Amino acid sequence: MAYTFNSGMQAESNIEVHKYYGGVVIVVALLAIIIQAFLHRYGRWSEFADLPLLVTIYFGVSKRNPVSGMLLGACIGIAQDALSHDNPIGLYGIAKTIVGFIASSVGARIDTEHPLSRFALVFVLFHVHQAVLAFTERVLLDRPTPFFTVHLLIVSLVSATVAVILFSLLDRLRRQS
Amino acid sequence: MPEILTRHRPLTLLATLVVAQILLLAFQIKRHNNVRLIRYWVSEVVTPGEKGASSTFSGIGGIWSGYVALRGTHAENLRLQQQVGQLELRNQELENQAAEAKRLSVLLDFRDAHREAPMLAAQVIGGSADISTHTLFINKGERSGIRRNDAVITPAGIVGKIVEVTPSTAQILLVNDRDSGVGALFADTRTQGILKGDGDPEPVMSYVTNDEKVHPGEVILTSGEDRIFPKGLLVGTVAGSKPGYPFQTIYVNTAARLDRLEDVIVLLSQEELHPQADETAGNVVVGLPPVPATHPAAEAASSAGKLSPSAAPSAAPSVAPNSSAAAKPDSHATKSAQPSTGRP
Repeated sequence: MAYTFNSGMQAESNIEVHKYYGGVVIVVALLAIIIQAFLHRYGRWSEFADLPLLVTIYFGVSKRNPVSGMLLGACIGIAQDALSHDNPIGLYGIAKTIVGFIASSVGARIDTEHPLSRFALVFVLFHVHQAVLAFTERVLLDRPTPFFTVHLLIVSLVSATVAVILFSLLDRLRRQS
Repeated sequence: MPEILTRHRPLTLLATLVVAQILLLAFQIKRHNNVRLIRYWVSEVVTPGEKGASSTFSGIGGIWSGYVALRGTHAENLRLQQQVGQLELRNQELENQAAEAKRLSVLLDFRDAHREAPMLAAQVIGGSADISTHTLFINKGERSGIRRNDAVITPAGIVGKIVEVTPSTAQILLVNDRDSGVGALFADTRTQGILKGDGDPEPVMSYVTNDEKVHPGEVILTSGEDRIFPKGLLVGTVAGSKPGYPFQTIYVNTAARLDRLEDVIVLLSQEELHPQADETAGNVVVGLPPVPATHPAAEAASSAGKLSPSAAPSAAPSVAPNSSAAAKPDSHATKSAQPSTGRP
């Protein structure tokens, strides 16, 4: 596996765009939401791995298309909002739209196949996601949601670790070129 | 603009998605007294514009109505002031008419209550130029049927008698004049006396012996002995008394306000007044029992040479209206000796 770091429009053409079998993205996204909802029934374990967020980041980075990345993020976020009992629809949608856009934009510029880069990317995007979420909640819902806490730091580290494992599993679903 | 959007298509799409979801959130979230956030935002965005437009239009309207449209204000102000003056005059006139109507209504009620007695309403048009005499002029005279020695009353009480008559006016000698004399009696004790003036605004009652107990507030009526006023008309009440020799002096508050007369009633005959509709109409007391003929007051008046020549033969000697009338009896004095005939 070759890890190549590029920058600029010229570099984008040198980065490999991964493709998946038909329906894989939808099925994986649905599974992530279902599993997340399933884990939610068993206490606070679900918050240590925001699977919809990880799936959004993974497919955004892999497809390297900002439009598809943000659309996928928007769909997953809205679905997540719809399954929550008190969140207005659009709260997670906005956060995951932005995360999907950033992930696909970053994936178009740098190669993110290395586990360390994936760990770092997920760690950063987790906090971006949390920042957008907190900002939206503070401004629109008037809720005092924190931007950063130690607990969030731990959760982000756990999520990044889970992401490294999950991403390597999802790599197996790629269509061989 | 479209080129920029095409060039930055991902960013445009991102902004569109985010804005759409923010709007979606705003439709769901309720804040500020349960008002949807979208309404609040729209209101916050639109209201300042509306306020600005409203203040602009009101400012323009204020300039127009405060300056431009005031070109004819001065002329209109003058016209309105003139109109106000006319209306004030008109209002004053109407108030006077209303007061007059009220007074005349009282007179009319009195007249309606005594239809059998010929009487005439008249207005006071002037007073005496001499401050020592108490006389008034009315706007009715000989042409209206008024003759000398006709009694003048108001619904409240007696006023005086006619002393001079011209074709269109007549002069009233008020009961508080020095030359006036009215046969009177106390309503309770039937004690008789003579009501006359002594120069003060209120008359006094004379020829009442010191033995008679007189109390303030006692009602005094006409006795009919003067052959001018019908018997039983209200004169006034006792204000106070002072012993004297040989008679006490009794101060009287007249029932009629002699200093505020505007409309009066001239009785054209001396027959007694019997109310038909209301027995207390006009505060006139009627139908009292006859006064004893041999009363000290009548005797005193008779001995003083004040008996009317025409009344002297009658059973109840009358008190002369005044000394001048007694000294110069005329045909009307002779007529007044026939009490219940009335004027033809």
